[in-house]
Amino acid sequence: MTQYIIRRFLSFIPVLLAVTIFTFVLVRVIPGGPFDRIGDRTLPPEIVANLEAKYHLDKPVWQQYLEYLWNLLHLDLGPSFSYRTQTVNDIIGDSFPVSAQLGVMSMALGIVIGIPAGCVAALKHNSMIDYGSTFVAILGRSIPSLVMGPVLIWIFALKLDWFPVARWEGPEYWVLPVITLGTGLSAGITRLTRGSLLQVMQEDYIRTARAKGLREAVVVMRHALKNSLIPVVTILGPMFAAVLTGTFVVEQIFGIPGLGKHFVTSIGNRDYPVVLGTVLLYAVFLVVANLVVDITYAWLDPRIRYD
Amino acid sequence: MTVTARQEKSATFDLARKPRSPMTDAWNMLLKNKFAVGSGIFLILLVLLAIFAPLVAPEGIDDQKLPDNYMSPGSQYLMGADQFGRDVLSRVIFGTRVSLSVAFAASLVSLIIGLVYGLIAGYFGGRVDSVMMRIVDILYGFPFLIFVILLQVYFKAVANKGGAGTIAAPIIALDRKIGGMLFIFLALGALNWIGMARLARGQVLSYKEMEFVGAARSIGASNMRIIFRHLLPNILGPCIVYETMAIPGYIFTEAFLSFIGLGVNAPTPSWGIMVNNGYRALRSHPHVLWPPAIALVITTLAFNFLGDGLRDAFDPRLKGTS
Repeated sequence: MTQYIIRRFLSFIPVLLAVTIFTFVLVRVIPGGPFDRIGDRTLPPEIVANLEAKYHLDKPVWQQYLEYLWNLLHLDLGPSFSYRTQTVNDIIGDSFPVSAQLGVMSMALGIVIGIPAGCVAALKHNSMIDYGSTFVAILGRSIPSLVMGPVLIWIFALKLDWFPVARWEGPEYWVLPVITLGTGLSAGITRLTRGSLLQVMQEDYIRTARAKGLREAVVVMRHALKNSLIPVVTILGPMFAAVLTGTFVVEQIFGIPGLGKHFVTSIGNRDYPVVLGTVLLYAVFLVVANLVVDITYAWLDPRIRYD
Repeated sequence: MTVTARQEKSATFDLARKPRSPMTDAWNMLLKNKFAVGSGIFLILLVLLAIFAPLVAPEGIDDQKLPDNYMSPGSQYLMGADQFGRDVLSRVIFGTRVSLSVAFAASLVSLIIGLVYGLIAGYFGGRVDSVMMRIVDILYGFPFLIFVILLQVYFKAVANKGGAGTIAAPIIALDRKIGGMLFIFLALGALNWIGMARLARGQVLSYKEMEFVGAARSIGASNMRIIFRHLLPNILGPCIVYETMAIPGYIFTEAFLSFIGLGVNAPTPSWGIMVNNGYRALRSHPHVLWPPAIALVITTLAFNFLGDGLRDAFDPRLKGTS
């Protein structure tokens, strides 16, 4: 197992190198530079040249890239071009916890609604409850957050005045964004749990457990549920990574100062180090999430062995 | 009864019974699913609406009448007017063009790239396969939405420069002509073929050792002929189901890109831009939000029902998963 994990960690290297190279080149070939204008003013060419020299933008791209990698080895993501007083590490340190908090709370909501709903639908297979939950789940999957967000704001912030419209300053600010993201997630989790539990309930060992005379509740809780959660767990990892990027939309709608908001602004400003740092962070999350899934997989299902 | 007579009789018996292929079975199963059939009919109507939009819509996409700005729904504008006094209904109708074009074109791009890639990797196997799948594994670590945004920023910045005199000029001209949708097709399709490639490869692996492939090879069929004439038709079903299920994602992504100003060019009416307009005017004029929001949800709902129905019909083992 340890060997497997080490091997997987080594396999991250080519992925992350490819992500950095691709992003590094792509942001630089986008027409327009980081110092084209400050506010509304354009800068004289000499000053632009000086600024570019300061940030080593006058050197060949491969040399800039190697410097970037060298700094990366020291966990230094470089200075920001547009927020002059902050480094990329500072910006990510400020905004990532906000995005992560939003993501984790939404996932929690999705799981708390999705898994029980999926179980009920599977156990009451082909009943009205099953059809109802299926319909609601497909509906939930069909409402994008950029519709859900404004609708929730209109009802609960403007009409009922229960929650604030925007920003991120305390628990009452969290409710609407978390519901916006969480309901969509719960729809997916419901469908997956239902399908998986239905399949497990047809397995031989469930018949054995019933034949032993166990109560139905014990059969479900002790024998079926754990195995039926395997596919659910496998989707949670990539889902969490997707939620982090999904927070983009919600951050725009609710004016939340998370990573997604900085990312969109920074591309506009051609703030190369901030863009690179953000992309890299998301990529690290994606690969680590996939690894965690594989490990959990082995833990939940003893039939799976990695060597 | 002579031997020939018996043979004739069994021959007529065989002819009398209509052969049922797995395709017919799947089709019959799909037709039994009321939601999927209803969605299919709805989507066909929507395609017709998109094609004949100029005949149906009361106004054009950019008929600005500033005195009418934010006029409430009524006899003059059935769904009200937006911030420039443009008829919201007409813009929602024309907006079907954007969402449906993105849905079909992006899935076509990703289907073609993914299928060809997966077919080649799976069929040739060995070193070709391991190198090609290694590349796919690496791309799998790329955060999808982030690269769509990056590519879109790049495409839009390049398009703004016009690219006169370069090979990009005709492409940029075409992109402008269709309101900036071409690059969205490319960005979405170019990044979403990865899952398709994996699926196609897996399918090829399960078919390529079968007798009909060996038979084709024994009569001297070329590799290309085996791949495209014998393997492709067999694996196409699951691949189309997969693409149908990816369509809501494309529609959402386009709407999101347009929402943050990285989508289609103004004044092309994308539902994403219109939702953004409504969201900005939410406090005073919420009527601008509802029509595009509802259109977005209903269209996605139809694609989801159709996708689920297709999946249940073509691959009953997956029934109920999502």
